[in-house]
Amino acid sequence: MTDLNILWPLSGGLLIGLSAGLYLLTTGRIAGVSGLAASAAGLTGTGISTLGLGFLGGIPAGAALASAFLRQAEITLTASAPLLVVAGLLVGVGTRLGSGCTSGHGVCGLARLSKRSLVATSVFMIVAALTVFAVRHVFEGIV
Amino acid sequence: MFARTLAAILSGLLFGAGLVVSDMIKPARVLAFLDITGEWDPSLAFVMGGALIPSSFAYLIRKRRLTPAFDDRFYVPEHGRVDRALIGGAVLFGLGWGLVGLCPGPAIAALTTGRWEVALFVAAMFAGMVLYRLTVGRPAAVIR
Repeated sequence: MTDLNILWPLSGGLLIGLSAGLYLLTTGRIAGVSGLAASAAGLTGTGISTLGLGFLGGIPAGAALASAFLRQAEITLTASAPLLVVAGLLVGVGTRLGSGCTSGHGVCGLARLSKRSLVATSVFMIVAALTVFAVRHVFEGIV
Repeated sequence: MFARTLAAILSGLLFGAGLVVSDMIKPARVLAFLDITGEWDPSLAFVMGGALIPSSFAYLIRKRRLTPAFDDRFYVPEHGRVDRALIGGAVLFGLGWGLVGLCPGPAIAALTTGRWEVALFVAAMFAGMVLYRLTVGRPAAVIR
């Protein structure tokens, strides 16, 4: 990764923060994607949420628009199918049990100085970094 | 209700666009941030920093308002305590995130790439949420 230009991450971050701010001030809710996904799927005990569906549908649409007009979104994924399934399950269970992910705890929680979110963000960042370290430098070639 | 749904769609659009502009849609870049002993890519820190500016500002405005624009109250949890569920959940999420570099937002945004890997991850993520709902997260068993 040598193509670092802080204008891209900074402006992309601003858009994400604007989204979270807009969602809070219009709907009164936290823009946390894991919670929105669960509510859109009717997994939060209050039926299927129209707001969750709207937000969730907006994400790929916004990504497609930005990819067409601003910056091409191209991804590489080398993870095997079983690894993708295990990781997906962990992310699904973990974000529900821990009440949030990078957006809900990270972007929104830190912005409102929530102690729970600060703890959660620190924990998942550290665990994710340790996981990457283990996969890349300890068990290289096994996973 | 219509205005609220429209606001949700617009928020989603901005969110998805932000993930592409910041390149956080790319698992390799997220993993390069998490790989602190490797060839470190600090992008994610700038994305977080950039996001916290408008987001913090909105939460400051919130303190001076009694209600949001299109609803009669705020649904923001207050005075929550750090408990085992929070820590345990964050550990499991961190593990899954570190394994492939996808978290919920970027995974859903990356569905636009049409890659089967992303669809498989998202399907497993929803399966994990259902699993939670059927076990520890079922209405009668809220753990503290």
